[in-house]
Amino acid sequence: MTAETSGTAPEQAPVMLGIPSAPAPDFPPEVRARLDRDAESVLARYPQRRSALLPLLHLAQSEEGYVTPTGVKFAAEHAGVSTAEATAVATFYTMYRRKPSGDYQVGVCTNTLCAVMGGDAIFDALREHLGVGNGETTEDGKVTLEHIECNAACDYAPVLTVNWEFFDNQTVESAKALVDALRAGEEVSPTRGAPLCTFTDTARILAGFPDPRPGAVEAGGSGGAPSLTGLKAAKGEQA
Amino acid sequence: MTSPQAPQSADGLLRPVLSECWDSPQSWTLATYRRFGGYRGLPKALAMPPDDVIALVKDSGLRGRGGAGFPTGMKWQFIPQGDGKPHYLVVNADESEPGTCKDMPLLYANPLSLIEGMAIAAYAIRCSHAFIYLRGETVPVLRRLHHAVQEAYEAGYLGENILGSGFDLDITVHAGAGAYICGEETALLDSLEGRRGQPRLRPPFPALEGLYACPTVVNNVESVASVPGILANGKEWFRGFGSEKSAGHGLFSLSGHVVRPGQYEGGLGITLRQLLEKAGGIRPGHRLKFWTPGGSSTPMLTEEHLDAPLDFEGMAGLGTMLGTRALQIFDETVCVVRAVTRWTEFYAHESCGKCTPCREGTYWLVQLLRDLEAGKGRMADLEKLDDICDNIFGKAFCALGDGATAPITSSLQHFRDEYEAHITGRGCPFDPAASTVWADEPSGAAG
Repeated sequence: MTAETSGTAPEQAPVMLGIPSAPAPDFPPEVRARLDRDAESVLARYPQRRSALLPLLHLAQSEEGYVTPTGVKFAAEHAGVSTAEATAVATFYTMYRRKPSGDYQVGVCTNTLCAVMGGDAIFDALREHLGVGNGETTEDGKVTLEHIECNAACDYAPVLTVNWEFFDNQTVESAKALVDALRAGEEVSPTRGAPLCTFTDTARILAGFPDPRPGAVEAGGSGGAPSLTGLKAAKGEQA
Repeated sequence: MTSPQAPQSADGLLRPVLSECWDSPQSWTLATYRRFGGYRGLPKALAMPPDDVIALVKDSGLRGRGGAGFPTGMKWQFIPQGDGKPHYLVVNADESEPGTCKDMPLLYANPLSLIEGMAIAAYAIRCSHAFIYLRGETVPVLRRLHHAVQEAYEAGYLGENILGSGFDLDITVHAGAGAYICGEETALLDSLEGRRGQPRLRPPFPALEGLYACPTVVNNVESVASVPGILANGKEWFRGFGSEKSAGHGLFSLSGHVVRPGQYEGGLGITLRQLLEKAGGIRPGHRLKFWTPGGSSTPMLTEEHLDAPLDFEGMAGLGTMLGTRALQIFDETVCVVRAVTRWTEFYAHESCGKCTPCREGTYWLVQLLRDLEAGKGRMADLEKLDDICDNIFGKAFCALGDGATAPITSSLQHFRDEYEAHITGRGCPFDPAASTVWADEPSGAAG
């Protein structure tokens, strides 16, 4: 491995290669001060600074809705890496957006099982219904449509996610109604989990800051019917 | 959860342990966890010398629940002691293998079984800082983990001097950012160090040089969550589940064309025929065509394998793997070429790009398969598929490459005639609409 990880000291001087930082404006001072405090709390969770890079990028995304050069520079400075290294990381992972997108990211699982069970039909119908392609955003800036890979909910197929909350057992009609409700600004609750928050609020939870809304942890109960079906069968509660 | 009196079906096949509390209101809370026998294991562990805890887990026969089935206690034993370096425990909660859906409902409904298991494992390997690497795309699970860790700190099950034992442990919950490859343990460690998630050359193995080049255990969620029960109820209790070489309980996740898809927990070694009976069978009017025993990376099986025991040996004997017990069930309406093409697109998308066989090979497999599915393939393409798979399998940097070849080689073995029909018929003979969940509904909910 590189010199950076070969030791065990909790705080090591990062290896800087003399590469100039990518040009990017900084956040406004009051925003920067607030984010710096958040970044300190992220850094405190890890023995080595660089480990904070992924949550710091989530934090940057929670401010701007996508990862901008400003956000990369902010994350790089706190993680002790060059902006080139932080950019390399930001572009590797699919959850970091690289352009402005909607308040609600609607993901349709089109991996094999969900696709076969109806995911392909739902994705095609939503493309037509919303008039956008994969990765594109509706004109009102509300909904970004994406096809996503297996999201570990196959027993609820076909599955949609909105801002990474589960919408289980979907149909073409339910999916259309869902995006219509999102665009109309109605409060929408997933099948399992808390009422939807915006993409930037979600990014903040991903940065490791617990959801502050009362009842958010409790919402959604213990599990949907497929999660409980084996337990019920064992108890003889189901034929 | 860890209660020895957990319910079981009359035939003894279904025995919920980790899923025992899932139908309780607020199943994820510490109060519920304790009510079902939680936190009886940790005090027992803390009263034992750490090496005895390792020996107990080894003797229980617990093998890794993340797919590979490596003995968990042996993994812990590999951690050098007295080396003066910090030791780390990292829980792999990156569950992303297509079809795999057991750890997310477990963490959603019963996160404290993992938190207690982590405390026991960390004590055994002499670790004071442990991590949960959770895939980022499951925010409701992340909320429950944040809450569970906080509850455990407040109750003195985490932090300094846990239960007055002098043992300290901090847990950091870390959300990933979308990359299947991070389920590979060395790629996970690189990702946790703030890098692109790419696998490392082994040796050195993580047990010697893992996180920050320090001795590290990487365990699957369900493996660690199974540990409190072993401590609380004993190794004989655990060996009372499963088969001789595949001891213990496991979650079996049925998805696809079954009447009641979902999570079914019981001893390893149950068969798909038995599970399908519990799940109401294949959807009415249809029959089983093919299935995966443990996710898309495990070679597919057919109707003739319904009575094979779903344990490590039973599946290896059929040339496949138990994997994550992700039983994806496909009926006769499903085109196997379509299914395999989609999985292959997934592997090509998720290939990290580090090694040539996987990066280039998965790209060309997709091109060939798309042509075949569209009726533009030639017979020679089938040999070419086999040839490319041969150039990936065993030659890629990590198991992702091997996994990418599994659906192709196994489907060519079982369904070569169907590939040929796509070529001779110049197109796919299947109607995708017939496979949807709403296909057989009179109203035609497809709209």
